[in-house]
Amino acid sequence: MITIQGLNKTFHVAKRNAGVGQAFKSLFRREYTAVEALQDISFSIRPGEIVGYIGPNGAGKSTTIKVMSGILVPDSGTCSIMGYTPWKDRTQYVKNIGVVFGQRSQLWWDVPVLDSFELLRDIYKVPEREYRDNLELLTETLELKEIIQMPVRQLSLGQRMRCEIAASLLHSPSLLFLDEPTIGLDAVSKIAVRRFIRTINEEKGVTVILTTHDMNDIEALAQRIILIGKGRLLFDGGIDRIRSRFGTHKTLTVVYRHHAQPLKVPGAELLSWSPERAVWRIDTASLNISEVLLQLSGRVELLDVEIESQPIEEMIVQLYKEHQI
Amino acid sequence: MVLFWKYVAILFKSQMQYRTSFWLLTLGQFLVPFSAFAGLYFMFERFGQIRGWAFDEVALCFAVIHMAFAVSECFARGFDSFSTLVAGGDFDRLLVRPRGTIVQVLGSKFEFSRIGRLVQSTLVLAWAVSRLSAEWSVLKALVLVLMIVSGVFIFSGIFMLAATMCFWTIQGLEIANIFTDGGREMAQYPLNIYKKWVTRFFTFVIPFGCVNYIPLLYILDKGNGNGLMSLLSPLAGIAFIIPCLLVWRLGVRHYRSTGS
Amino acid sequence: MRAYLSVFKLRLNLGMQYRTAAVAGCATQFFWGFLIIMVFEAFYSHASGTPPISLKQLISYVWLQQAFLAFIMLWFRDNELFQLITSGNIAYELCRPSGLYGLWFAKLLAQRLSSAILRSLPILAVALFLPEPYRMPLPHDWLAFLLFGAALLIGLLMIVSLSMLMYISVFVTLSPSGSLLMFGVLGEFLAGMIIPVPLMPDWLQQIVYVLPFRWTADFPFRVYSGHIPLQEAVAGIGIQLLWLMGLLWLGKSAMTKVLRKVVVQGG
Repeated sequence: MITIQGLNKTFHVAKRNAGVGQAFKSLFRREYTAVEALQDISFSIRPGEIVGYIGPNGAGKSTTIKVMSGILVPDSGTCSIMGYTPWKDRTQYVKNIGVVFGQRSQLWWDVPVLDSFELLRDIYKVPEREYRDNLELLTETLELKEIIQMPVRQLSLGQRMRCEIAASLLHSPSLLFLDEPTIGLDAVSKIAVRRFIRTINEEKGVTVILTTHDMNDIEALAQRIILIGKGRLLFDGGIDRIRSRFGTHKTLTVVYRHHAQPLKVPGAELLSWSPERAVWRIDTASLNISEVLLQLSGRVELLDVEIESQPIEEMIVQLYKEHQI
Repeated sequence: MVLFWKYVAILFKSQMQYRTSFWLLTLGQFLVPFSAFAGLYFMFERFGQIRGWAFDEVALCFAVIHMAFAVSECFARGFDSFSTLVAGGDFDRLLVRPRGTIVQVLGSKFEFSRIGRLVQSTLVLAWAVSRLSAEWSVLKALVLVLMIVSGVFIFSGIFMLAATMCFWTIQGLEIANIFTDGGREMAQYPLNIYKKWVTRFFTFVIPFGCVNYIPLLYILDKGNGNGLMSLLSPLAGIAFIIPCLLVWRLGVRHYRSTGS
Repeated sequence: MRAYLSVFKLRLNLGMQYRTAAVAGCATQFFWGFLIIMVFEAFYSHASGTPPISLKQLISYVWLQQAFLAFIMLWFRDNELFQLITSGNIAYELCRPSGLYGLWFAKLLAQRLSSAILRSLPILAVALFLPEPYRMPLPHDWLAFLLFGAALLIGLLMIVSLSMLMYISVFVTLSPSGSLLMFGVLGEFLAGMIIPVPLMPDWLQQIVYVLPFRWTADFPFRVYSGHIPLQEAVAGIGIQLLWLMGLLWLGKSAMTKVLRKVVVQGG
């Protein structure tokens, strides 16, 4: 589906100095700083995958997305998507992809959503039948029936995002780029959007590339993560691999009958403590949880015990830390 | 082209959402050139003529240019407000669609209220034509239409050039006004009232002269303007769009390599 | 007073940052100046009889107009204010302890000043050394120049209070573009921006003289060139002051009235 080899991109950003003299000078000669947005990025993606493309702000995520969607021309490297080179065969290529920029709208603000859809149909030259079928499927699965006749400005953010996603799927693309699709949405809408992405991936086999800062999106959707930082590819692999790497850490929460002194457990990190409740972080590679429990039960009367894996969010933070980004 | 009309339709619907504002704006657009025309009228009332041109003749020139300007502002408005498109990052959106950039930019904005301006200039045109003593013929009418069409192309070309500048900088765009608003103000008088360098610049670099001077001489039976020459010169004005299109493509390429 | 001053300062700084825009603006204004002078020159070259204002005086009129455009344009739009009003964010402004009228006045004044400072001096400096016939003449005499300065400043205050009226009207109509465009076009014509007041037909001049608009542009420029004699100029400044007080009073009372309505409606 997608094969990317050694992608490089450097931006030249004009330096801005304060002062009238400097500003005058910059009219004639500017100094530039080179920002390496992408350095030797390579990966490949198979059809039908959902890939979470993550990294902190300014890591190069959107630059990569822009290259892959044909907006930006890289300095060097190759990129082949469905047999096209995005920046060379732009108009041909983009017929096969859908792009959702979470922070921007592609719908016309003042007219009913349906009108925007029909214009998009004409832009993409979607055959009437295909359009009808797609529209039907989308209105059903995204529950757009009530809102499709309303002008966009009257929609809530969640409703709008659902329409945005529908709009980018009208021409049945086989590859979908989602740039922060859940940004600013409430919990219910987030879940609806995630469920939908899952559905189209499973039923229509659409390949999805997803950038997000919400690790719950990743956890719910992506089987695979590509991590990028400072323009470099840092990690590429299944979520399981991250889990097995960082997943040995568990959080142990214990509720017990009143006990005045802090409970010390050798080898475990006490995160919080009160006379009724204590929380530890335990590395299961070096300390066995059942042993800890055994030890504790001898000292206090246990009322409730809870063992949790470390949330994916924290694993990612650790991954960031490890790579110092 | 079909797509363009679809864009027009959807934008028309949008603007109709704000009906009162639309009518007021249209009326305002009617008044802007009207005040310019009133100024022209008062100047002629005081001075009688300008370098041998009578009021009716200048009024014809005025009407042609303002009409061309109104039409191109109406249609090519997307280029005029292009800086917001680039600054807001919405140009990326256009690039992920399987259509040419030009039709999409044209379709991004359409100022229907410019109809007011168009109506005003049409009235002036009708008035000037009825007052002129020149003899009319089919050829002359054709030349007149060509003049307007050619003007539309020139103004659109300038809008396009100004928009292309946005790919490099969005500061200092005001300078483009010299050629759009300035060009309009200047070309509302026959070119030969100006100093030589102005006349030359606006004939050979930006071909306003092809629109309002050479054919005007013919229509008004002035000098030795002949039919063929005045038929060809508006066509030269239309050709102005070609380099503009090339520059635009260069700009898009630049944008796609820097991403600004 | 401190609050007004700091709003003023902030705006001034902000405006000064747009230097490139200022350079481009200067170039544009030069072009306009040349263009207008050329047209006038063409008209004057075959004029029968003596026109009511000499070409020389007209040229200084044109250059001053170009240089101080930011001072005299009625239509100097501040989008921030418009959005504030139409989006209903005006509520924030109402929470502030200072008077809204004063704050906005300071804001608009600073905006015009910052724009004019960057443009007027370069334009005037160059215009004074242009080759004839485009060169801008020196002031008629030094007293006239001082009076010109005073008249220009009072004119500036007048125009800001006039534009305040426009902003206040947006409260009522909620649609900035249409009605204001008409107001702006008419006002500018009556201020002598399209053709200088002395060149207008007599009946129109009669109308122009009873309206406030000409005092903001036409009057100071003609004082500079000596077209209006000194004594008349002094009297004119008196009239300007009267107008200014009237406009300020009108704006303030209209503002209070409108705001009361906004609060009643719940914003």
